[in-house]
Formats: sequence, C-alpha cells, structure tokens
Amino acid sequence: MSNKEGLFSKKNLQLLKDPLDDNNPISIQVLGICSALAITVKLEPAIVMSVSVLFVLVASNVIVSLLRNMIPNRIRIIVQLVIVAALVILVDQVLKAYSYEVSKQLSVFVGLIITNCIIMGRLEAFALANGPWKAFLDGIGNSIGYAVILIIVAFIRELLGSGKLYGVQIVPQSFYDMGYQNNGLMLLAPMALIVVGVLIWAQRSRNRKLIEK
Amino acid sequence: MDRNSNAYTFIFAIVLVVVVAAVLAFAATNLKPLQENNVRNEKMHNILTTLNLMSDMSEMETTFNKYIKQQISLKADGTIDESVNAFTLNLKKEIKKPIEEQRFPLYIAEKDGKKFYIVPLFGAGLWDSIWGYIALEEDKNTIIGAVFDHKAETPGLGAEINQKWFGDMFIGKQILKDASLGFTAEGNFVSVTVVKGGTPDENLHGVDGISGGTITCDAVSKMVQERISNYLPYFQNN
Repeated sequence: MSNKEGLFSKKNLQLLKDPLDDNNPISIQVLGICSALAITVKLEPAIVMSVSVLFVLVASNVIVSLLRNMIPNRIRIIVQLVIVAALVILVDQVLKAYSYEVSKQLSVFVGLIITNCIIMGRLEAFALANGPWKAFLDGIGNSIGYAVILIIVAFIRELLGSGKLYGVQIVPQSFYDMGYQNNGLMLLAPMALIVVGVLIWAQRSRNRKLIEK
Repeated sequence: MDRNSNAYTFIFAIVLVVVVAAVLAFAATNLKPLQENNVRNEKMHNILTTLNLMSDMSEMETTFNKYIKQQISLKADGTIDESVNAFTLNLKKEIKKPIEEQRFPLYIAEKDGKKFYIVPLFGAGLWDSIWGYIALEEDKNTIIGAVFDHKAETPGLGAEINQKWFGDMFIGKQILKDASLGFTAEGNFVSVTVVKGGTPDENLHGVDGISGGTITCDAVSKMVQERISNYLPYFQNN
C-alpha cells in the first residue's frame, strides 16, 4: 500500500487529541449530557462510568469497524445497537460481580450507556467508514474527552456539595465550626448543568477557534 | 453475495444475534456465583446494620455467624417450622401465599449478652418494591435499629428512605401501646407510623415523614405494621 501511514502519524494522533478540546463530545457537541448530570454527584461513580463508557465505546468502535464491510446497510443501526447493548450488559454483569456497591449507585445509568449519544454517534460517523486502528483511537479520544468533563464536574460537585473527594473528607472540621456549610444545591441535578455551562464558557473564551461568528 | 439482498440481511442478523447471545450467556453463567455472593453479603450487611454492627465485606459471613444465633421460620400461629431455611425465604413470594402457608423469617441475635429480634420487611412502595430490616430489643417492643431500601422510589424524595437518618428515626420507638398488656391484646399493637408533616419526638409510635415522599412513607408504615403483626403470636409465647 502506497499511502501506508505510521501507527501514530500526525493524522492519527489528531483523532486522539481532537475530542479532548476542539471537538469535545460533551462541551462542543453537547452529547451524553444525560449521564453527565446524573452521576457526577461524587467522583467514584463518575470515574466508574467513564471507564465503562471507555470500554463500551472502544470495543464497539473496533467491532463495528471490523464488520463495516459486512454489515447490511439497511439494518446497520440495529446491528450497532445489538453490539452496544451486548457490551453494556457485559459491563453491567461484571460490575455486579466485582463492584457491587458501585453498580448499585450507577443503577440504571449503566443500562443507559446504550442510549449515550456519543456511542451511536461515533459508530455512525466514524467506525462505519474507518479501519479498526483509527476507530480504536477515535474511541479512546472521545471517551477520554467525555471522562475529562465528567470528572471535572464530579470534582467540583463533590468538593463543594459534600466537602469530600472520592469519599474522603477534604474540608476540615474547623471550617464547619466557623460556620462553613456544604452547598446542598451542588448535589442536585441543575447544578451539574450549570457547571457544564461554565466549563463550556471557559473553554470557548480560551479557545478562539470555537467562537462562532 | 449481494450485501443488500434480503437473504444476506437475514443471515447476517441471525448469525449476529446467535453470537451475541452465546457470549452473554457464557458471561452470565460464569459471573453468577460472584453476583449471588454479593447479594448474600448485602443481606447480611443490612441485618447487621440494624444492630449497628459494621463488617468488611470479606468477613461478612464470619461476623454474621458470630452475632446471629438463630434463624427461624415461623408459621402464622407462631410455631416454628423446622423444614424451612429462614435465610433463603423469599418474602416477595411468601406474601402472595395464603396466610396459613406463609413462613416468616426471624433472626435472633446476641450482642453484649442481650438478645435482639430482627424482622425482615417487604412491601410495595410507590413505583416498585421496598424492603428493610427492623431490630427489636429483648422486650420485643422497643426498636433498636432499622434499615430500609427500595428498588425504584423517586430520587431525592421517597428514595431517601434508604438513608441512615431515616432508619435512625425509628430507634427507641415502640410497637406496643402498653407493654404490660402483651402482644395479642386487642388494639395494643400500634406499630410505628411515618407521619406526614412531622411528629413530636415524644411520640413513641411515629416518626417524621419525608416531604414529597408521602406515598413511599405511607408504604413504609403499612409494611412495618403488616410484617410485624405476623410475629405477634410468637412474641407473645416466647
């Protein structure tokens, strides 16, 4: 093949980097918002959710990419759904077996990874038209882009909402004695939306490319 | 083969589904023992929590066996049915049976030389089932601890029943109006009710309800009342 490129050519690295900033699935494409609101009250579920999405997105991207020349066009969406659903059930079963407490916290949201628009979006837009290695990188890039936002939001919400990080008390008792109070509003879903909004604002004012004319 | 022909589409779909089913079935079968163990551990954890005992998940079995001295299944008349394993009784199924065929599991614990009675609870909440455990002191009247959990109550409202503060409100409450009259005297068993709008601390038979979670709270009251009432003959005779 004449146009063979290296595994980590500039173009391929772009696949990894783009979703982190310029094309972030949450803050730019505004996909996957539902889970970003629901499971970012604490860091732990946010991280487990990120890892689960990483697994599902990368695996489904690679599988769909491998099958891309075999999948009948008319049922491609259903085929994608079956693959994603199977992977999600796998994740759910593994969590129930090895991380029961976390799986209880995430409850329905693991199942709802199926409906996470990022996953179907990447399958339709990328995996169906590209080879497995590129699809793999694209999956990693996008799920990390998703994870970054989730973890930032969860960090802010857990710190201000419960004074803890990853379940460990951070705000010292002396602060509470002086009258400091946890912000209960941070624990409610609307604050996740506002935090995401603030992140988008910060990102846009920093990155000139993103400002619409 | 033509990728757009009906035959190809059908064959592809069938092969895909069979492969996926095989993978999932394999995973489910292999993970099942671990998952069942988790469910078992959680049950033990909940029972121990009512007595304010904490344990590592890995040592749950040992701690449980150390404190829980007896697990018995009761018949409706308060006699013990030796043939039934109390721990594996499924309350959800029991409740649907006619009353004389129901078996009621009871856990008897010993801690610091005192006896405690732990009654498992199960009932219908607003959206799906709710359940819990309630521990009574040696007098079988005063509540020493309670935990509740639910499958799908409204988050932030009814779902709060699984929080520690909700269960802790039951501590010190009593299920009998007058302890000296015994368990089976008419009208003496008043249970503990979750009261909408709140109730004073002195009320021995009521706890504060959750604003916005009234239906779930009523379900908790009903569940506590219904479940404990089945144990009264046993409590009276022992």
